[in-house]
Amino acid sequence: MTEITEPQMEMKPKQDLGVDTFYYDNSIVRMFLIATTIFGIIGMTVGLLVACQFFWPELNFGIQYTTFGRIRPLHTNAVIFAFVGNGIFSGVYYSLQRLCKARMFSDLLSKIHFWGWQSIILAAAITLPLGFTSGKEYAELEWPIDIAIALIWVVFGINMIGTILKRRERHLYVAIWFYIATFVTVALLHIVNSMELPISLFKSYSVYAGVQDALVQWWYGHNAVAFFLTTPYLGLMYYFIPKASNRPIYSYRLSIIHFWALIFIYIWAGPHHLLYNALPDWAQSLGVVFSIMLIAPSWGGMLNGLLTLRGAWDRVREDPVLKFMVVAVTCYGMATFEGPMLSLKNFNAVAHFTDWIVAHVHVGGLGWNGFMTFAMLYYLIPQMYGTKLYSKKLANAHFWIGTMGIIFYALPMYWAGFAQSLMWKQFTPEGTLVYSNFLETVTQILPMYMLRAFGGFLYLAGVFVMVYNLIKTANAGSFIPNIKAQAAPLVKAYKPDPSEHWHRRIFEWRPINLMIWSLVMVIIGGVVEIIPTFLVSSNVPTITSVKPYTPLELHGRDIYVREGCYTCHSQMIRPFRSETARYGEYAKAGEFVYDHPFQWGSKRTGPDLLRIGNKYPNSWHYFHMLEPTSMSPGSIMPPYPWLYEQEWAKDMTPNKINAMQTLGVPYAEGFAEESVADAENQALSIVVDLASQGIEVKSDKEIIALIAYLQRMGTDISKIDGLAAKN
Amino acid sequence: MLKFIKHHMETIVGIEIFPLISFVIFFVFFIGLFVYVLRANKTELNLHSQLPLDAKEESNAQI
Repeated sequence: MTEITEPQMEMKPKQDLGVDTFYYDNSIVRMFLIATTIFGIIGMTVGLLVACQFFWPELNFGIQYTTFGRIRPLHTNAVIFAFVGNGIFSGVYYSLQRLCKARMFSDLLSKIHFWGWQSIILAAAITLPLGFTSGKEYAELEWPIDIAIALIWVVFGINMIGTILKRRERHLYVAIWFYIATFVTVALLHIVNSMELPISLFKSYSVYAGVQDALVQWWYGHNAVAFFLTTPYLGLMYYFIPKASNRPIYSYRLSIIHFWALIFIYIWAGPHHLLYNALPDWAQSLGVVFSIMLIAPSWGGMLNGLLTLRGAWDRVREDPVLKFMVVAVTCYGMATFEGPMLSLKNFNAVAHFTDWIVAHVHVGGLGWNGFMTFAMLYYLIPQMYGTKLYSKKLANAHFWIGTMGIIFYALPMYWAGFAQSLMWKQFTPEGTLVYSNFLETVTQILPMYMLRAFGGFLYLAGVFVMVYNLIKTANAGSFIPNIKAQAAPLVKAYKPDPSEHWHRRIFEWRPINLMIWSLVMVIIGGVVEIIPTFLVSSNVPTITSVKPYTPLELHGRDIYVREGCYTCHSQMIRPFRSETARYGEYAKAGEFVYDHPFQWGSKRTGPDLLRIGNKYPNSWHYFHMLEPTSMSPGSIMPPYPWLYEQEWAKDMTPNKINAMQTLGVPYAEGFAEESVADAENQALSIVVDLASQGIEVKSDKEIIALIAYLQRMGTDISKIDGLAAKN
Repeated sequence: MLKFIKHHMETIVGIEIFPLISFVIFFVFFIGLFVYVLRANKTELNLHSQLPLDAKEESNAQI
């Protein structure tokens, strides 16, 4: 029994020959570790469920709350912000105290941070299945939760900076730099991307529209990967690899360059998510150039991690912690080589909208983040319980099951991505599409989806093995909530030696400087890309025939957003022969000026919908949404029967119009008052049309609004003679 | 391609100087960084890289 409970000693340190005695807080680390594990299991289980829905659509259980479009965001949010998020906080709270030789700044803030973050996760788990979503990938949570995230993130920041300021080690170790950059950049990204205009407690519209919204969203989306999934984990790598292998990082010099180059370059790369889309060419090119440059710092960091283990490979064979770390860092290397390659326009033309991207993300997610988190858990739990790991054999078994899981996940997805993309692009000698029916290209890759789900199952099974092993370990030891440590306080009137270099004077002793300059570094990239797109009108040429949505179409669009249609359908036809032959005229920037939020999508499990308007009669949509297989035999789209029972929110209509007006959509003055009648009239006309086809339905049902939106989509441009849009 | 970029950027007043300033700032910063890491005192760097390995606390934990 080694329990030591005197955390208050931090406040009044015992002075013993100039040395302070204080206690590291292990309790908060353990709380975050438990949360990581629980939400890892939940997030991955939801992932497995959505993976199975691809080949077994009935697994939506026939209810709206578990339909793919709603729980796919639940999966992504859970694994990113709950599993990895709690993983970041565990690692930071553990390593920061030790690197600063100080207890966390405030135990109360630590607790507020923990419970605040878990409440946000709970709110997400409730609201996403209910369909409360802002419709922007990886930023789906609605505005009250966005505000809570910002507040709790600031609590984390204050606690972290406070700890750094009261440190007893003058030099800030490189891991801390990564933590600081993570804090400032995530705050910036989250606040800028979450700018939305609320119209009710759980519904808001993005203040940006179309191209601008897309650029801000992918500036955010890409850098969520960079500054939530990468930089904090690099900090953890710089701490835990030396710790677990008991040898210092291979090159501290390299780590300094790694840090600055990475944060500077990463922030520019967002537009590579929008190649060949309706984004100005110069922004696309900037995204490509910086993505290619990213290979250098990313691989510098990866090699720094791997080379730390040089001469210790015999231990890698023995120690499961090191094994997990080696695979994690290797996956980081693979993903950060593949990423820049995917940013080349010729690769992107093949890979975009396919399962290749899904494979790429999961090599990073399962390999880098997942395995690094497992390594941390295997390292920390025995440490904090003052015992040894219960079973190395089980940990090794987890390692192999997990690795096989990654392989079974990634390889079929690569295959599926390639195969489907080539099918999309294949022409007959006569010049027509070989697979003109999109569904044919889906049914071909269903076996790959099954294999992917098997890979996910293996990976999740491995996590259960780990949980058993760690519980056994914890039971064998005794938790040490506070660990005693001693260090001399910093000398207040410290005069640096004149020979000290500028970088140390400016940054390595001065956390606030480091924070401000990290922020400046990342702001520049964002400003250069985003501001011209907003200010220079020629970047988004106006198309006079593009008009605002009618009130009913707006309702339909909100239903489209609520059901997460963008998780499977794009609204972005790229200027390729294979796409214009399949879908119609390619997308123009000026078509999306009233889209708050944009719904371009990033994955085509189903066909693009930009030119769906007027393609089929109303009755086709009516039957298709009720039972997709009735119109497209073999379709894996789930049915949406609740749209035929629920009513579109008539009373919200004026609010919606007013909000759109506030955002600059040019409805006539006073249109809000007429908007209900306008919507009712349009609904009635659809009902009459359906009645002529023998379908009886009331005009206030949601399906009517959705049909109105689907029939409008992408049709404005056809009013131009010969499609002579200005651009 | 350059022509295309220029076309869009021309509408911003005084834009010519922006890329030049940015380039100079970052060029100087990264060159300075390289010079610093190459000239940095090796003993100091070794000391810094030892920071995570300060194992005093572990021994305390075993009390």
